[in-house]
Amino acid sequence: MITFRMNGLEVSAEEGWTILDAAKFYGLEIPTLCYYEGLTPYGGCRLCVVEIGEGTRAKLVSSCTYPVEEGLVVRTDTKRVIAARKMMIELMVSVAPGSKVLQDLASQFGVTQVRFEPRHEECILCGRCVRICAEQMDARAIGFQQRGYKTKISTPFDIRSETCRLCGACMYVCPACQLRCQGPQAETTLCNGCLTMDPTCLDYYDDLQCWMYDAGRCGTCVREKT
Amino acid sequence: MKQYRAHLLVCAGTGCVSCGSFKIKEALEKEIRKRKLQDEILVIATGCNGFCERGPILMVHPDGVFYQQLKVSDIPFLVEEHLVKGRPVKKLMYIPPAEKEPIPRMKDIEFFKHQRLIVLRNRGRIDPERIDEYIAFDGYEALAKALTEMTPEAIIAEITAAGLRGRGGAGFPTGKKWAAGRAAKGSPKYLICNGDEGDPGAFMDRSVLEADPHAILEGMIIGAKALGAEKGFIYIRNEYPLALHRMDIAIKQAREYGLLGDDILGTGFAFDVEVVRGAGAFVSGEETALIASVEGRIGMPRQRPPYPANKGLWGKPTVINNVETWATVPNIILRGAKWFSALGTKTSKGTKIFSLVGKINNTGLVEVPMGISLRDIVFGIGGGIPGGHEFKAVQIGGPSGGCIPAKLLDLPIDYESLTEAGAMMGSGGMIVMDDKTCMVDIAKYFLNFLRDESCGKCVSCREGTQRMWEIVKKITEGKGTEKDLDVLEEVARTCKDASLCGLGQTAANPVLTTLQYFRHEYEAHILDKRCPAGVCQALIRYVVVAEKCTGCQSCKNACPTQAIKGTLKDVHLIDQTKCIKCGACQEACRFEAIEAQREEAIQII
Repeated sequence: MITFRMNGLEVSAEEGWTILDAAKFYGLEIPTLCYYEGLTPYGGCRLCVVEIGEGTRAKLVSSCTYPVEEGLVVRTDTKRVIAARKMMIELMVSVAPGSKVLQDLASQFGVTQVRFEPRHEECILCGRCVRICAEQMDARAIGFQQRGYKTKISTPFDIRSETCRLCGACMYVCPACQLRCQGPQAETTLCNGCLTMDPTCLDYYDDLQCWMYDAGRCGTCVREKT
Repeated sequence: MKQYRAHLLVCAGTGCVSCGSFKIKEALEKEIRKRKLQDEILVIATGCNGFCERGPILMVHPDGVFYQQLKVSDIPFLVEEHLVKGRPVKKLMYIPPAEKEPIPRMKDIEFFKHQRLIVLRNRGRIDPERIDEYIAFDGYEALAKALTEMTPEAIIAEITAAGLRGRGGAGFPTGKKWAAGRAAKGSPKYLICNGDEGDPGAFMDRSVLEADPHAILEGMIIGAKALGAEKGFIYIRNEYPLALHRMDIAIKQAREYGLLGDDILGTGFAFDVEVVRGAGAFVSGEETALIASVEGRIGMPRQRPPYPANKGLWGKPTVINNVETWATVPNIILRGAKWFSALGTKTSKGTKIFSLVGKINNTGLVEVPMGISLRDIVFGIGGGIPGGHEFKAVQIGGPSGGCIPAKLLDLPIDYESLTEAGAMMGSGGMIVMDDKTCMVDIAKYFLNFLRDESCGKCVSCREGTQRMWEIVKKITEGKGTEKDLDVLEEVARTCKDASLCGLGQTAANPVLTTLQYFRHEYEAHILDKRCPAGVCQALIRYVVVAEKCTGCQSCKNACPTQAIKGTLKDVHLIDQTKCIKCGACQEACRFEAIEAQREEAIQII
């Protein structure tokens, strides 16, 4: 067992766990996007960043790829972490405002403005499809092409792949192209519809923190704000 | 061995080769044969001398006379005068910009005088394609010492005591890295030489690879002994054909001499190397991306830990060092850690190679002790700014580095102080800028490079560099708002904070340092719609200053769009509807009669 500190608590984790694994085990919520259970962690969306280390040596790392170490000091929700997550969400929404997953994240983290020219693309290059195709479907029919701002995901030479069995796994795991948000405003590219919701449980348990970690985050008990 | 009375050392670094140094060599050989001097004089092609500004370069040994900017037509005269009559040719020697008298000897020239050559010690004096010449200058002696007299622990202790730090940019202590590699469990272990030099304006790795490939091999074999590695890879970008060619020859010769292979120097130690060609991605210089590239995968970094020293190439312990680091190793082993650590500052030991480019008189490659001030490099060795312009800033460390302004000219160059100033050592590129350089335009240039070279994995880097570029581009077009600066800074900070690898973490440096030191220039673009340096096309227009124009028509001939009207000896006029603001006219004009004026100012008039 490896013992380390997370949000001020002394916790222990099995060797080989990532910070994200440990956080999940202890019920601490860390948002993820490119992470998908059963696939190799990728560390591309930078949503799951947490702060490790102390003082001037403190830095942000992606919790889905960082293995726990003895004596590590982890903080999952510092100002620096939240600021980075909000910027990542803003950057991603500006690329694919049609994704419900991203719009939900925006509301959840209180991202209420997008200051970049929207591009209205579908893909945010999280690589889930590439990994499921290679790792679970054993097909390797799609992959990354180009690099930098020209990066895209496609089949080799952009032609119909012979190894693709049209299984649809890539679409199944896609956080951007499947669930569509109908609400984005043309001007702000944000929906923020959920911001007008109030968690109902607070009426009954005013002094308690919602058992879903953060009041209203689960979205199951919401009603329209009055 | 045959004795010659003189050696003619022709520089065959890439810079001189592109100015025709091979033609000079041919002409020299032809002329020498013509005069039947081939038994007395030998012509040798050497690695880069560093003074690339003055190529093609010829050194006459043993006189130490330095000839520069040679033309094939100069050769018969030079051979006749210097080698037959013994009279050095003054008109082909180097004359410093402000002086009239030429300086005959290389060691007296300001550019060479202040340098301290350790890694580049063999530059310009040996033929890199002949192993015997390397051996003649103590080559492979350090290897013999390491293999026969030293234990692996002793080698690592020596490197640690020397205080050698990685020359690739981040400055990680090499001894520490080796110790981790030695301690790591797993077999086989691998070594990698990182020769993926991708910064615009940086060419020190190329120069070492071209001038002294055996020094790198020797360093790697010593490293292999220290780590217990049996295979090494030398990663060289395919854009360096000469480096690849010379490294191939060096490896072949080392194998023939029993310096690589199964039984090195008869000690029973086995090690071999292989050259891997990089396909030209800047990000492949990052060690985890480089490993992916060697493995045949896409050059995409992954998060560390696990560090390559524990889990690297094919999951095995791997130590990666830069070309320059490897080439430093034999010097330390041969001459001792004490000698090496006497050079440099408290935390940064030894020497560092910088490539000096941009608006500077003496463009080229210099090796200087750590701790030297920027002023000494720019104004001492570099010879200052050409054309009487004023020094504005120097970009250190390539696109990941930062712009250091004039007020920090006395900054000592070491890893810590550069990082503190917002730049970084990087691989050692130094781009000097004068008052005709627009800092917003520079930020745009580097962002454009980075948005293309980002591997595309992290949102913060891929989207961050793209969005920063969009904002800066908007500012250079005069469409920026004050709010844009805040957004720019916010994106830059997040990009630095949240990105996975070194590229993303430093990608914002050009923006952050220009914002820190040259915020007024951004503000001039945004508030006054003015480019102080007269560079940003959308904010300027070129006009002819009537008083200065002599009507020589050179601007007219240079204009690609025929936008300039005027007859001979008459003041010319630029047709603004046709002008594409390329600036060719300004460059062509010898009378400074073409001026970049503020676009808006003219419209008001």
